Amino acid sequence: MMKSGSNLEKILRAGHFAFTGELGPPRGAHAEEVRKKAAHLKGRVDAVNITDNQTAVVRMASWAASLILIQEGIEPNYQMVCRDRNRLAMQADILGAAALGIRNMLCLSGDHCLFGDHPTAKGVFDLDSIQLIRMVKQLRDEGKFQSGADVDGRPAIFIGAASNPFADPFEWRVQRLAKKVEAGVDFIQTQCIYNMAKFREFIRLANEEGLTEKVFILAGITPMKSLGMAKYMKTKVPGMDVPDEIISRLQGVPRDKQAEEGIRIALEQIAELKEMKGVHGVHLMAIEWEHRVPEIAERAGMLPRPVVG
Amino acid sequence: MRLSYPANVKIVLVPCTGKVDVMHLLKAIQMGADGVYCVGCLEGACHYNQGNLRCRERVERVREILQEVGLEPDRVRMYNLSSGEAPTFVAYAREMTELIRRLGPNPLKNSQPAIRVEEAA
Amino acid sequence: MIVAKRKPFDEILRMIESHRKVLVAGCGTCVAVCLAGGEKEVAVLAAEIDMARRLKHEPIELGQTTLERQCDREYLAQLDGRAEAYEAIVSLACGVGIQFLAERFPKIPVYPGVDTCGLAVNQDVGWYEERCRSCGRCVLDRTAGICPVTLCAKGLYNGPCGGTNRGSCEIDPEQPCAWYAIHERLKGQGRLDCIRAITPAQEWRDTVPRTLIQPGYRKPEKAKA
Repeated sequence: MMKSGSNLEKILRAGHFAFTGELGPPRGAHAEEVRKKAAHLKGRVDAVNITDNQTAVVRMASWAASLILIQEGIEPNYQMVCRDRNRLAMQADILGAAALGIRNMLCLSGDHCLFGDHPTAKGVFDLDSIQLIRMVKQLRDEGKFQSGADVDGRPAIFIGAASNPFADPFEWRVQRLAKKVEAGVDFIQTQCIYNMAKFREFIRLANEEGLTEKVFILAGITPMKSLGMAKYMKTKVPGMDVPDEIISRLQGVPRDKQAEEGIRIALEQIAELKEMKGVHGVHLMAIEWEHRVPEIAERAGMLPRPVVG
Repeated sequence: MRLSYPANVKIVLVPCTGKVDVMHLLKAIQMGADGVYCVGCLEGACHYNQGNLRCRERVERVREILQEVGLEPDRVRMYNLSSGEAPTFVAYAREMTELIRRLGPNPLKNSQPAIRVEEAA
Repeated sequence: MIVAKRKPFDEILRMIESHRKVLVAGCGTCVAVCLAGGEKEVAVLAAEIDMARRLKHEPIELGQTTLERQCDREYLAQLDGRAEAYEAIVSLACGVGIQFLAERFPKIPVYPGVDTCGLAVNQDVGWYEERCRSCGRCVLDRTAGICPVTLCAKGLYNGPCGGTNRGSCEIDPEQPCAWYAIHERLKGQGRLDCIRAITPAQEWRDTVPRTLIQPGYRKPEKAKA
């Protein structure tokens, strides 16, 4: 049964292999910057994630950048983190977003303030991501606020969440996914995958638990732009699992061919993911590389994107 | 071996430098002493394992405090030697005396603290 | 116990710069154990203030005292009739004691000499680690005796988040991930079921000033003015 009527939901429910992109709003008030980045993504992906103060750095509000995308004829996937707002602000923003046509939402805990540009800010975390999922579902399906009071006008939101198959303890990752499913999530976008062996195992366990029949899973892919980026991801980004073989493949080509090698690795991953039982799509996080998305989409055989009425 | 050390050095005996407290050192300076230094056993050779190391930490703390209140941290120092090293003892006494001479008299000498201890009734 | 950290000396000196007679009041309980505000720390602070002010040629008269506790009226009463002789008081008690002292002597400015840093365990002499945020809704029964409110940097009730890093928190490799530890301990006890169900949104109880009256006790009537 259709819950939000979003393009992403329609694509997934029709059984197509979904393809989503990502866009980080600017550190300023220029709508043009959003439009410029968005132009590369238009028609190449089914929906575009709009990050919410990503890595705890202040940026244009994700709902605002989401609206700019709607103006551009692109479907946003509005991200919301628990770090920056309490349950009142969250519910208010969700109602406002839904009223203005936002149909997908991704519920996240959010990086700690210590990482960002305001390290001494107070993290709110009134709810965690699982409690947020449940709250959105309750607004949508029961028409009740978190407090239990009635909502007049339910927000039609396709509810997403993240999953990191690579964070410890590995055996709990599928359990935590199960908790998100129980909370009411409709789709999952995973952390960037580099360790395919571990991801296969994660999906196998999720299949075994029957989770992949209850939730759509979009596998996260971020092409490596350089060897330096790969090394940084391997050593500096918590919860990221970059195997040595990725590093050595990038090391094995000249510096000016590293980006191409990074794209090739991503394409190989996408080809495998398309065939993987329990995977329903790919979420391409081309970080500050939006202009390469058309090429990657083309070479991955993702174009043209299906249109579901 | 009869070695003489500067007469301005007054020795306070403690069973171990681990017994020396921040307040002992601070009080000496507060009351007008020009300098205080602790002479402990060699590091790693404390009969009580950590006595001289604790003393060093306390000396460091007092040096920070002197900096904060506006006095030269070098008025308080820590030296280490073994008990058989009388010439080293004398050398440290001379070095400290020289150092303090260069720093000049403790400016707190000319006034007295006005601190009253309010005993709990 | 409650732990506290001495405020930087400059900050204390600035608070009392206009005063010429100040009482330094310590507390003999928690802050004495954590080496921030007991008798010894009172003596050190008084000596520091004395020296700094004499060196600035702005000498100050000081009193020093350490009460058994500043969070109990009967001990504060020991200063009745004596505190009034001072222009100001610097209290080295925790935030609770400082306020109770200020309440007892409302005409005298009372300044904090320490920053109160939480409810902590004594790992070793001089080394304390926070363990409780006194949220008023203890969940330790389900979290293997490890507090997610205090020890998870995001205070998550359904962790661990995606930032857990080989058992460490994303904020610092030196900081253990509380939820990793909760999982490991519950697994060892065969009690992983404790965290399989969703913990619902917290009903926060620490958002208003709390008053606690134990069963069998009543709030005494206001003393007649």
